[in-house]
Amino acid sequence: MTTLIRPLALAALFVAVSAFAASELGADERYNAVTDPLTLKECGACHMAFQPQMLPAKSWHLVMDGLSDHFGEDASLPEEPAAKIRAYLTANAADASWWGGRFMRGLDETKGPLRITETPHWIREHSHEVPASAWADPKVKSKANCVACHPRAQQGMYDDD
Amino acid sequence: MTRLTFFKPLSRLAVAACVTIVALSAVPAAAGPAQDQILAGLKGEAQAAPGWTGAFSAERGRALLLASPATGKPDTPSCTTCHTDSPLKAGQTRTGKAIAPMALSVTPDRYTDPEKVEKWFGRNCNSVLGRPCTALEKGDFLTFMMGQ
Repeated sequence: MTTLIRPLALAALFVAVSAFAASELGADERYNAVTDPLTLKECGACHMAFQPQMLPAKSWHLVMDGLSDHFGEDASLPEEPAAKIRAYLTANAADASWWGGRFMRGLDETKGPLRITETPHWIREHSHEVPASAWADPKVKSKANCVACHPRAQQGMYDDD
Repeated sequence: MTRLTFFKPLSRLAVAACVTIVALSAVPAAAGPAQDQILAGLKGEAQAAPGWTGAFSAERGRALLLASPATGKPDTPSCTTCHTDSPLKAGQTRTGKAIAPMALSVTPDRYTDPEKVEKWFGRNCNSVLGRPCTALEKGDFLTFMMGQ
């Protein structure tokens, strides 16, 4: 009996692992695209609407609390749309799901970094691969310009490097 | 001779078509009712405030675009920081995203939504000037952009 069960269990495990690897969860550097039209419209007016999974909820609260001086610009919004965007961002934040995400690794949640580019995961992913000359390229202009190097960033695809 | 008479009406038509195309493209896009209404609202406000000279001025609007007041946030000393010094050219946000040219002739769907106009004057006047713009400043600026 056991001789029959063991290969079957192994086969089942193999199938499960392969399915995980092929899924969005297992894929390298993929995130859910932003689907909320208001978030896409308002955040996307000045920069790509970054995926909320890249910062913990605490960070998104700080961002939404500080829109009148948003990285050196006034990005104020009326109360109603601001509340809706805040709800979307925090509900989909890096620490919103039980398994957390890559962006939670090594991150001090109590500090709530304001920039995605200050998170340990972002730094890990860019410190070795990206030469200083790439950041200096006028076509890049800013570290917030994901699409300069990740053309499918808006769709949540960052595994093209 | 016969050849000429055959071609004459055709060539005349071609010339007329060319002239029409050139004339149409040379005339700046006229502001529609939505834009007129926004300007009228600003005029009502500006008339009630001191300093009203009887009309909005495109020239003052141009000066506002090109000025470098540097009285607002350090990263945005002038409108031109993001919008370039020409209303006909596309600008770029500080994160590298393209901004449609501000001239109505190039971006004809601009200045039709009063809330949007107020939102961006609200943000950008505070970022660049460090204070809200007056109705006179907004009217001058839009008059300049609508004539471009």
